[in-house]
Amino acid sequence: MSTINANNPYGDSHHHHILTVLVQNRPGVLARVASLFARRGYNIFSLAVAPTEDENYSRITIVVDISATPLEQIVKQLFKLIDVVRITELDPRKSVERELMVATVRADGDQRARVIEVAGIFEAKILAVGADVLTISLDGEPQKLDDFEELLRGYGIVESQRTGRVALPKLEREARKGATKGKAS
Amino acid sequence: MSKKEILTGAEALIRSLEMENVEIMFGLPGGCILPAYDPLLKSSIRHVLVRHEQGAGHMAQGYAHVTGRPGVAMVTSGPAATNMVTPLCDAFMDSIPMVCITGQVSTSAIGTDAFQECDTVGITRSVTKHNELVMRAEDIPLAIRQAFHIATTGRPGPVLVDVPKDVLQNTMEWHWPTDEDVLESLPGYRPITKGHPRMIKEAAKLLLASERPVLYLGGGVLKAHAAEAVRELAEMLKIPVVTTLMARGAFPDDHELCYGMPGMHGTATAITAMQKADLLCALGARFDDRVTGKVSSFAPDAKIIHVDIDPAEQGKVRKPDVPIVGDCRLVVEEIVKAVKELLAEGTTQVDITPWRSRVNGWKEQFPLTYEPSEPGARLKPQFCLEKLRDAAPKNTILVAGVGQHQMWSSLFWKFNEPYSWVNSGGLGTMGFSVPAAIGAKAARPDATVWAIDGDGCFQMTAQELVTATTEGIHVKIAILNNTYLGMVRQWQEMFYGERYSEVDLSGCPDFVKWAEAMGCVGIRVESPEEIDAAIEKANSINDRSVVVEFRVEEFEKVFPMVPAGASNDDVLLHPTQENRREFLK
Repeated sequence: MSTINANNPYGDSHHHHILTVLVQNRPGVLARVASLFARRGYNIFSLAVAPTEDENYSRITIVVDISATPLEQIVKQLFKLIDVVRITELDPRKSVERELMVATVRADGDQRARVIEVAGIFEAKILAVGADVLTISLDGEPQKLDDFEELLRGYGIVESQRTGRVALPKLEREARKGATKGKAS
Repeated sequence: MSKKEILTGAEALIRSLEMENVEIMFGLPGGCILPAYDPLLKSSIRHVLVRHEQGAGHMAQGYAHVTGRPGVAMVTSGPAATNMVTPLCDAFMDSIPMVCITGQVSTSAIGTDAFQECDTVGITRSVTKHNELVMRAEDIPLAIRQAFHIATTGRPGPVLVDVPKDVLQNTMEWHWPTDEDVLESLPGYRPITKGHPRMIKEAAKLLLASERPVLYLGGGVLKAHAAEAVRELAEMLKIPVVTTLMARGAFPDDHELCYGMPGMHGTATAITAMQKADLLCALGARFDDRVTGKVSSFAPDAKIIHVDIDPAEQGKVRKPDVPIVGDCRLVVEEIVKAVKELLAEGTTQVDITPWRSRVNGWKEQFPLTYEPSEPGARLKPQFCLEKLRDAAPKNTILVAGVGQHQMWSSLFWKFNEPYSWVNSGGLGTMGFSVPAAIGAKAARPDATVWAIDGDGCFQMTAQELVTATTEGIHVKIAILNNTYLGMVRQWQEMFYGERYSEVDLSGCPDFVKWAEAMGCVGIRVESPEEIDAAIEKANSINDRSVVVEFRVEEFEKVFPMVPAGASNDDVLLHPTQENRREFLK
């Protein structure tokens, strides 16, 4: 793994784990999960929720901090929620993880071309253009987003927003098309 | 199938409760739950009208404690729902099966800060096993079936069903969901009841191979109706037994293998037996901080067999060597079988007679004790309890509030039957005993129900004595009145340099007049000469509730005691026994 973002909590695989939690798609289910984390003193790093292919169920992808609490206890407590149907722990090395980021970046004068160049290298998309700013979107592995964000920071990020992480187990073969990142796995 | 039947949501709710064989419920009506109180008029269910919603909750708990069946409470929205939070949390902490129905503002008004609206489901989320807001009348029967299923299976607990007023008023086509419907609707809920066979065998081997085993019984033994199975196991291997605050009565106190309650105010023998054990077989117990003391020095040499139906209890506090997830009764029965098989195959049990004689030595050296009061001084609370205990009719159920009197009750009473002890263990809810006693008596009209209360506790919920009187549910309350918040006073004396801050309750009301004002018989006992006659009189009255106020010694403290955060090795013995401490080695 790259060490470019040593300060990024996402970057350290020893302290975070990915849980995908299959829940019944019912009102309040996210609140149940979130309040369980709050009450038991567990930390959530990121969270993504959406219905699955079966509309009766939603999948919640949670990146958790386990430096303080054993993962086993978090999983067991989560599983006590009646609406939780299945919990899978994904090993970051054996899963496909994606996040999406949109960022508005300063891009005036000479800087504009350089920002567009960096965006090109990362295969990011330019979504909107202003007189002296650009809004860019990038999806990819969290590490790739970290790297991109770090580079953009040099130009001045006006505003940015990242989604929570989504993940699925890795299949036996990886699709290579357009793979610009260099994650060793 | 017969012609379809159209009911209102309210009728469907009451019929659903009838279908769940509810015989009694505790509640108080109000705006949003009003529609449900109408069909109740012609229902077979007895409704007990309380004076405060918290009382309804604790009564439902008392009912559940002594029957093992879910207690049911029904109240309205807003302040009624928030008044129910304490009993729900109490039931959640002590794994008491309970179903609570709350009214809610109409669906169109939800989220508008309507009159008596509160986010009941949000507020009670962390104090219930599950809760649900029902948004359509046709969903009521399934919601109720789910509630009873969830409350009573797996690790029992409270379930709340929140029903908006218009949902109660709307109509639906009556239907009663099948077992399959319930299971299908709860795909994520499948409690494990059967223990893992390999782990059961491991447990059996450990039990036979250990030199210093202790059976550590928790409330789960009672929840699972495992008392008989546990007794067979204990007697077969002659293993010493300790019963936690929630398990008092799960194993008879008068049994030669019973060493009483462990923990912060446990017996020196129970505490020390656990500390010195090489095997703790925890059955339906959760290694509560009040039992373990300082966890890092708790039972340092003991291997752990942990039987619990809740997987999350395994390893939460202490990592077990043999974790067994399952129903306590089923698992213990299997362990008994496995032990018998091993014995039949020629395995022999390690001789544990030296261990038992060591434990018995402690029991002899460190009996429960207190110093009798000086002539003319106030009564000793322990003395009052002994008198009450010895005069209690057979099959008496004892209920306690929270504090010193609760610990003395647990220590000095003799519990020889399961389900004869009702108290608030995990949450420690002052004011629990009066309403819980009423609930217990409503469930067991054949039994005498004595509540031991403190003067502080009594003043929190004693208004329910009116309920007892009007409903004809006659309980007996013993107030051990030391005119202090006694347990807090004890801590201030011992750990805050006798600086007493806000614990003096000497401006107490006249409890006798209070009792009489509520239609009860009030008796005051101030001297040892009065005590026998007063208790005899209280026991002989069966057509009214009785309140006996015992004026007891203010400065009496509960011993033994493990100070908060201290190791169980450093238990403070009764001052008269401290000189014998070396025997605890």
